Amino acid sequence: MTATVEASETTIRATGSTTAEVRPVRFHQVGKAFGHGRKAVVALEQVDLEVGAGEFVCLLGASGCGKTTLLNLVAGLDKPTTGRIELSSSRPAVVFQEAALMPWLTAAGNVELPLRMAGVPKSARRAKAAELLELVRLGGLGDKRPHELSGGMRQRVALARALASTTDNTGSGAGKPSLLLMDEPFSALDAITRDVLQGELLRIWRATGTAILFVTHDVREAVRLGQRVVLLSSRPGRVVRQWDVDGLSSAEEGGAVDEINAALRKVISSHAAA
Amino acid sequence: MPQPDSTVQDRVPDDLGSVEAGLDALDTPVNPPESGAGRFISKALPPIVAIALLVLVWQALWAAAFWPEFKLPAPVDVWAQIWELVTTGKIIELFWTSVHRAVIGFAISLMIAVPLGLAIANIIVVRRGIGPLVSGLQSLPSVAWVPAAILWFGLNDRAIYWVVLLGAVPSIANGLVSGLDQVPPILPRVGKALGAGRLGGIRYILLPAALPGFLGGLKQGWAFSWRSLMAAELIATSPDLGEGLGQYLHNGMSLSDISMVFAGVLLIFVVGVGIELLVFRPLENSVLRARGLTRAT
Repeated sequence: MTATVEASETTIRATGSTTAEVRPVRFHQVGKAFGHGRKAVVALEQVDLEVGAGEFVCLLGASGCGKTTLLNLVAGLDKPTTGRIELSSSRPAVVFQEAALMPWLTAAGNVELPLRMAGVPKSARRAKAAELLELVRLGGLGDKRPHELSGGMRQRVALARALASTTDNTGSGAGKPSLLLMDEPFSALDAITRDVLQGELLRIWRATGTAILFVTHDVREAVRLGQRVVLLSSRPGRVVRQWDVDGLSSAEEGGAVDEINAALRKVISSHAAA
Repeated sequence: MPQPDSTVQDRVPDDLGSVEAGLDALDTPVNPPESGAGRFISKALPPIVAIALLVLVWQALWAAAFWPEFKLPAPVDVWAQIWELVTTGKIIELFWTSVHRAVIGFAISLMIAVPLGLAIANIIVVRRGIGPLVSGLQSLPSVAWVPAAILWFGLNDRAIYWVVLLGAVPSIANGLVSGLDQVPPILPRVGKALGAGRLGGIRYILLPAALPGFLGGLKQGWAFSWRSLMAAELIATSPDLGEGLGQYLHNGMSLSDISMVFAGVLLIFVVGVGIELLVFRPLENSVLRARGLTRAT
């Protein structure tokens, strides 16, 4: 059983890195400015980036690097000023820094919400929500209200809800690779919970085979989670460098963290002179 | 991402699961249970004691004959007035006439105020144009409309409804607008990311999120419509209009019967407060409790 799952996962990733047409998202010289003329603030400039099917990419950068802007562009919450974004995934699922659960709905109600808005019938909704809550290990807690859950549990409900928004788009998203966008989802949690949830995320990533674009300012987190770490500069955000951090041993991991940390510090200190 | 060797990978999921379950158990907020008797004593007793004290002071003032009898009636006389209304069954007519007007007026106000509030909150031009007007109307006492209403419609129910509408619509609409304005901006963004269109966003995200503020507006709207109704009934009296609590109060004044006037005021107070306590308070409490927003009681 385990063997087959692993085999199918490898095939997904292998195709993802070789064939071009299944890349869930591709940036072509994307730029984004807020405001007009001289006062315009350039958040992103000439960003070229792509995420393969089933790939886990971590976007790393200091404040003001436009990480959140970039995710908003992919999520369709905002439009680029220049360049274009080629999206060939089903609707990207988004997890924000706050869980932002709807306080008037139960945990299950929150997971069902995107399905309800997509017009999925009630019984199918129920089943899907139960399945997703089970995936984030919250099976049986569907009747709880957000205020009755801990911060980590809320963030897992948010993850289940985001997955619900991507999995069922009544056919239009069928067959396309899925994409999960995460905007510093664990930064508001305490250290132990964060550590556990990072492990959970990896488990869910393996189980679902979804591609993940994960924004963080934590180098360790980026190296631990990602297969690839992309460093963005600040104001304007541009891709500075990328590291392949897939399959590192723990010793190599420490080295990678140091190296990326040094690069990040260089980016930050370059702003001190300006 | 480091590739764990296979033995670790086999062990990890269970470990993670149990750690996670432990964290969940430790981090879940705990709500202390409330005992029924304790709640009764702490919640219902203070107002009862306050009312009893008030009646006592009233009785003492009357017994001291501070003011002549035609200015301050005995509590017993006022009670006798009310009791007579109850035994003759007239109280039902009074309540029915006033309360059904207030309820109908409130319902019509609701139908006008909700689309109005939605328009003000969502369309910038409308907000700039009539937003201040609606807020202004809220501070204009709706009694001021009684003369105009009587001149336009004559002494009939329509004049009364007009006054009630002008009292209730602005506060309900304003309540809805402030409820919508106080929705955390992250919620509509999440809604959009989950695939909500413009209408879906209003229906599934904005309206439920604005419900607590809206309920506040409803409560205030009810208070305004009840007030306006009493003012209108008090001023616009005519045999065609039937006898409501306002007319009853007016009759008391005409007959110079101070105990009747006191009884009228008392009944108007009881209905206004009663509807708030029986309808709006439980509604508000259940909405707030479901969202974990229970206020200190």
